[in-house]
This record gives sequence, C-alpha cells and structure tokens, in this order.
Amino acid sequence: MNKLLCECGHENPEGTTLCQKCGSPLSAEEKSKKIADMRYEGTAIRSKTYNKSIIDKIWNFFSSVKVGITLIIINLIAASIGTILPQEFYISVATDAEKEKYYSDVYGWFGEIYYALGLSDLYSSLWFQLLVLMLGVSIIIASIDRGIPLHKSLKNQRVKRHSNFMKRQRIIGEGKPTETPDQTLQLVEQSLKTLKYNVRREDDSILAERGRFSRYGAYVNHVGLIVFLIGVMLHLVPGMYVDESMWLREGETRAVPGMDGYFLKNDKFILETYDNVPQGEQIKQGVNVVAKNYQTDVTLYKQQENSVPGQAENLEKVKQYGIQVNHPLKHEGYAFYQMDFRLNEIKTMVFDLINKETEQSLGQLSIDLTNPQEVYTLENGAQVELMGFYPDFSGFEDGVPQTATQTPNNPAFIFKMTTPETPDGETSFVAIQQTLEPEGDNIYKMKFSNVETRHMSGLTIRYDRTIPILIVGGIIFMIGVVIGSYWNHRRIWIEQLADGTIRMAAHTNKNWFSMKKDLDALTKHAHLPQYVDQQEIENNEHVETEKDGKTL
Amino acid sequence: MEKKKQRSVTRGIILTILAIAIGYTVYAAVTKDKINIVQAGAQAPDFEVVDLQGEKHRLKDYEGKGVVLNFWGTWCEPCEREFPAMTRQYAEFKGQDVQIIAVNFAQSEFEVKKYVANMGMTFPVAIDKTKSVFTAYNIGPLPTSIFIKPDGTIDRIITGEMTEKEIVQYMESIKPE
Repeated sequence: MNKLLCECGHENPEGTTLCQKCGSPLSAEEKSKKIADMRYEGTAIRSKTYNKSIIDKIWNFFSSVKVGITLIIINLIAASIGTILPQEFYISVATDAEKEKYYSDVYGWFGEIYYALGLSDLYSSLWFQLLVLMLGVSIIIASIDRGIPLHKSLKNQRVKRHSNFMKRQRIIGEGKPTETPDQTLQLVEQSLKTLKYNVRREDDSILAERGRFSRYGAYVNHVGLIVFLIGVMLHLVPGMYVDESMWLREGETRAVPGMDGYFLKNDKFILETYDNVPQGEQIKQGVNVVAKNYQTDVTLYKQQENSVPGQAENLEKVKQYGIQVNHPLKHEGYAFYQMDFRLNEIKTMVFDLINKETEQSLGQLSIDLTNPQEVYTLENGAQVELMGFYPDFSGFEDGVPQTATQTPNNPAFIFKMTTPETPDGETSFVAIQQTLEPEGDNIYKMKFSNVETRHMSGLTIRYDRTIPILIVGGIIFMIGVVIGSYWNHRRIWIEQLADGTIRMAAHTNKNWFSMKKDLDALTKHAHLPQYVDQQEIENNEHVETEKDGKTL
Repeated sequence: MEKKKQRSVTRGIILTILAIAIGYTVYAAVTKDKINIVQAGAQAPDFEVVDLQGEKHRLKDYEGKGVVLNFWGTWCEPCEREFPAMTRQYAEFKGQDVQIIAVNFAQSEFEVKKYVANMGMTFPVAIDKTKSVFTAYNIGPLPTSIFIKPDGTIDRIITGEMTEKEIVQYMESIKPE
C-alpha cells in the first residue's frame, strides 16, 4: 500500500487529503484550494482507499453516497407507486382470479396493467423488500466506512498544526496582540473556558473545542434507522407479529385466528348516531346521520389446558369488554380492534301458516336460520316440516334449489304443511317474493310475517412484539437529528510564535455566526488581532468582479 | 500487508452478516403465509371433532392409520362433485385403515344433515361450529383436503377439486404399510 509522506515526516494512508499530524494539504486538488475541505477531517475514506478484491468492490458500491441517494430515490418512487391504487390486502376478495377481475372492473385497463405488473401487492414483493434491504446495507456500510475514520481523527487531534493548515481555514488571524503579549495565551485559555470550550495546551499552542459530539449526529441517526429496520424485519419472525381479521356475528363464538386456544363471542354490536337535525357542513356534504359510537361487546374465552382445536366445551371466561374504535380489548399483548361492521343480517324469519282463502292463521312459527328445526308443531294439530333450507338461494339446477353461499342473503325454504284439513301435507317452495307450489294449488300457505336481524362486527387481532424496538429506533433517530441540528462542532487553534505574534484559525461545521460571536468575545478579552473570514472575502471579490463586468 | 488482510476479513464478516440478514428476511417474507400454516411434511395439528352421530374423532386416536381431512360447505360446488367419489373410495379403503373425516364450515345441523342424507355420505361428518379446526389448519378456499400419514405427518394438501383417480392415488399413498 502506498503511503503519503508529508513535509512534516508523518506517513499518511493513501487517499488522505490533509496530513493527520500537522494538517498540511497532501493531494494536488487539496493544495489548489484556498480553504481546506474539512469534511471527514481530510482522512482517507476507507472505500476510496482500497479497491482490489470482490469484497472491497461490494463494500465500495454500498458505501458510495451516490448509490445511497439513488437507493433512497428508487425506494421513494417504488413506495409511492404502491399508493396509486389500493393494495390487495385492502380488497376483500379471496382468489387471484377475483382480484384480477376486481382491478380490471374497478380501474379499467390501468388496473389490469397494475395487477399484471404485481404492483397490487408491491410492499410484499421480493424486489421491493430487496430494495429496502439494500438501502439498509448502504446505511450500515456507509456509516462504518465514514464514521470510524472520522472518529479516529477526532480522537487523535493535534494541538499544534502546520501553518499551511492554519492559513487554509476559513477564519484566520495573524498579528501582534494589542496589549500584554506575555499573558495572551493565559487570557485565551481563561476566556475560552468561560465560553465552555475544552481547551488543550501544548507549549505555545492551544486547541479549543466545543460540541464535538454533534459530529456524531448523523451516525446516531443511522443507528436509529437500522434499529427501526431490524424491528420491521422481525415482523416476519414467527411469534413476533400477528395481524389477522375476523367477522363475528352477534351471538357467534369463534376461534381467534393467530391466538391459539382463545375464543371470542360477540355479545352485541352497537351503532349509535347523533340525534341532531342536520345543519351547516353536514347538509352541504349530504350527511344525514353522524356516527357517535361503534362498539362490539365481546367475551373472550380460553380453552381448557391441554385442549386441541375443535374442543370448544367448558370454555373458561377470560374477560368481557366493550370494544370501541381506539379502545381495543387487550389481553396478553394481543389487541382486538373494532374495524368494520355489517348491519341487519337476517337471523330469524317468522311465518304464519294461513288458509289462502280465509286468511285465517293456524299459528306462527319462527325459524332460526342458524339452527333450523326439522319439524315445527303448531297448535290445533297442524305441523310444518322443513324439507330444505337454502340460505343464499341462487336458482334451480335440474329442479334442485341451489345456494350460492352460506350467508343468509336470500333465504329460501321448502315446507311441507300438514293440517287437519290436509293430512297428507302440501309442499311449497318459499323464497323472498316467490312461492312455488309444485303439486298444484295448495289450500294453505306460509305467509311471511316478520324478520329478526343481527349485526356483524369486523375485528382485527394484532400482536406486535416489535413495537418497543420500533420506538427505540425512532427515539435514537430523533436524538441523532437533534444532536446534529442543535449543536455544532467549533474549533479554535491559536499559536504564539517566538516573536510574540499570534496566529489563529477557527472552524465550525455550521453556524458561523455564533462562532464569530465567540471569537469576538475572545479577541476582546485576550487583546487578539482582528480575524478575517476568507470565504466572505472571496465572495465579495466575486461580487465585485461581477459588478465590474457589468459596468464595462 | 497484515493490516490489509485484517481489513478484508472484517469487511468480509460484516458483508456476510448483512447477507445472512437479507437472506433470512427474504426467505421469511416469501414463506410468510406458510409459516403458520400446516405444510406438507409437518406434523398435523391435533384436533377433536364430534360427528353428526355424536361420536368423537380425535386425530391422535388415528395414529397408525391414514386420515383424509376434508374441509367443505354445502354451497361449494366442487365439494359436491367430489363427494360421490369419496364415498365410493371410503368403502374401498375403510378396510385398509384409511379414514375420511369431513369438516363442515360452521353451518347449521339442519343443512348439513339434509345434505349428508341427500349425498349418501357414509364417512363421519362434523360441523366446526367455532371454526376452530379451520383456524388451526388455516383453511382458505374450499374444498381443501389434507392427507395425513399414519405417523401423523402431512403427506399433501390439496386445495380445490380432485378427480376420483387422484383421490385413489392420494389415499393409496397414506395407507399404512
């Protein structure tokens, strides 16, 4: 490996731009600049130093700031594309064919392309996850690549610097002290200490530093991001994260998906609305009623110890709770959220058995659609036998009634009615607004009387052990931001030459205004010569030449 | 030279750790939907159901026998199409220690009993009222048939309709030696 030998005799690693001992410029490019580039303290960025083996090449790729920024931009674009249309998990259809149909039906040709390209499930796609992970790798490697050399050079700062280094700082000053030259350095030390600087003195040289830790802000920031990414990654580890949903009808008890051994019963769903007369914005927006409360009263049950799925007897009651929006039922890290609801699903249908001519009723029977009986016996010796029940009647196939789903959206029945008048029984097919009498005209009929309905709650079950990690990541990130933004790293180098001349230089990574205020106080207290801001001078020169150009 | 070697090793280690982390994440993401599900080769979760005759069937008690676990609903047309074949093959395989258990998706006893009588199904049929076996096996579309080997591990999971030929073939493969 080539070493760079400085005038002062110090050997620097290849790629160094400012000598690590005295601070003289080493590269031709650096020498040509009037003001030194103080980023990374002029140390060799590791990736720039070596570029030989495959490991180094991979390393260098990820450590590049250009690559990092490109990855950030690509990630942002990809993530925003995923928000153009709703993602698949927001669409309540099950099969791929249905999803495809949904996208083309609802969003036309664009939806079709969107689905075909797999953008409808973008966030769980392999390429998107790889992109995020690559960004993570880039953050880690870039931090190591830049952070460690920076840390080393900040830790090993020399108090005495070469005049080449001092002269090439943005703020410099040189000259005899205006008063008491033999006490200047003591006064400097005193003054800087009251300004809360860390002061180091070697012979006739002083290095005063303040807020060095702010240089680590960006790296703390990166650590936070990495912790956050690890937290997100842990979602995929079994047992760390559950996100399931379930529909639960009133009165129904169901095994809780993702929470083994637990059952949830929906005791009641409540939808309350404000009882007000619409006015103002409400009328403008055409809103008739405003919801006040969505609530599901539930009971959580636990299976007996050592039970297996399917054994739902002797459930042990764990707790009762009214789940409201933002007030989930919580148990052992699991949370049940109120997410959705459907109102008025048919639960019970009530019929009258009547004589078609006289309209006289022989009695009433109510059919619980969740548990229909085979025979309903009425008074006066009449009885109705239920021959068939089709909860979601969709038509006949070869003369047999069909049901499309198990949900009672369109209930249909086949009844056999036996009365003292018709001891052999009469058969009738009854659906909503449709009655068929396959054996000719019946004397009796089932007349629909009324219906009882029930509601259904859509609940989400969440369990997330990664939340503390995410919070810690977020906090570290914010600490990094604060460190980097509200503090700055100020340094002042002062040297008194043998003839009493004071040579000084100052640098800060941001907030030059405050730096100058410190310097003003110092100059006044220690009677130092007036400093100059080389960059300001340079800028003024530019402005002046421009003006000259215009006047010409 | 020594330093250079050390540097390569450090970088190599860091890159390897990162590569492993990425590899694991990608693997976990790809197989995410399958992790909690029962998959072929895994032990079938134990369960107990009560059939329409009131008899209990616990998977553990069928050790040493092959078990076909069929998840179905009365509205499901492909289920309806495969039941006659399953009924026929049940008669064949019953003597050879392969059991069929059909688990219904929480429908009413009335519907299921009528349906079973109509279809002439002879194997045990149970109603999973709390959908607890469905949840344990993470069943999505119906029908889904799970073929369990005599040692209690899952031989295969078939989602969708099977032909009679396939049913025979799959039942054959879970027959005890």
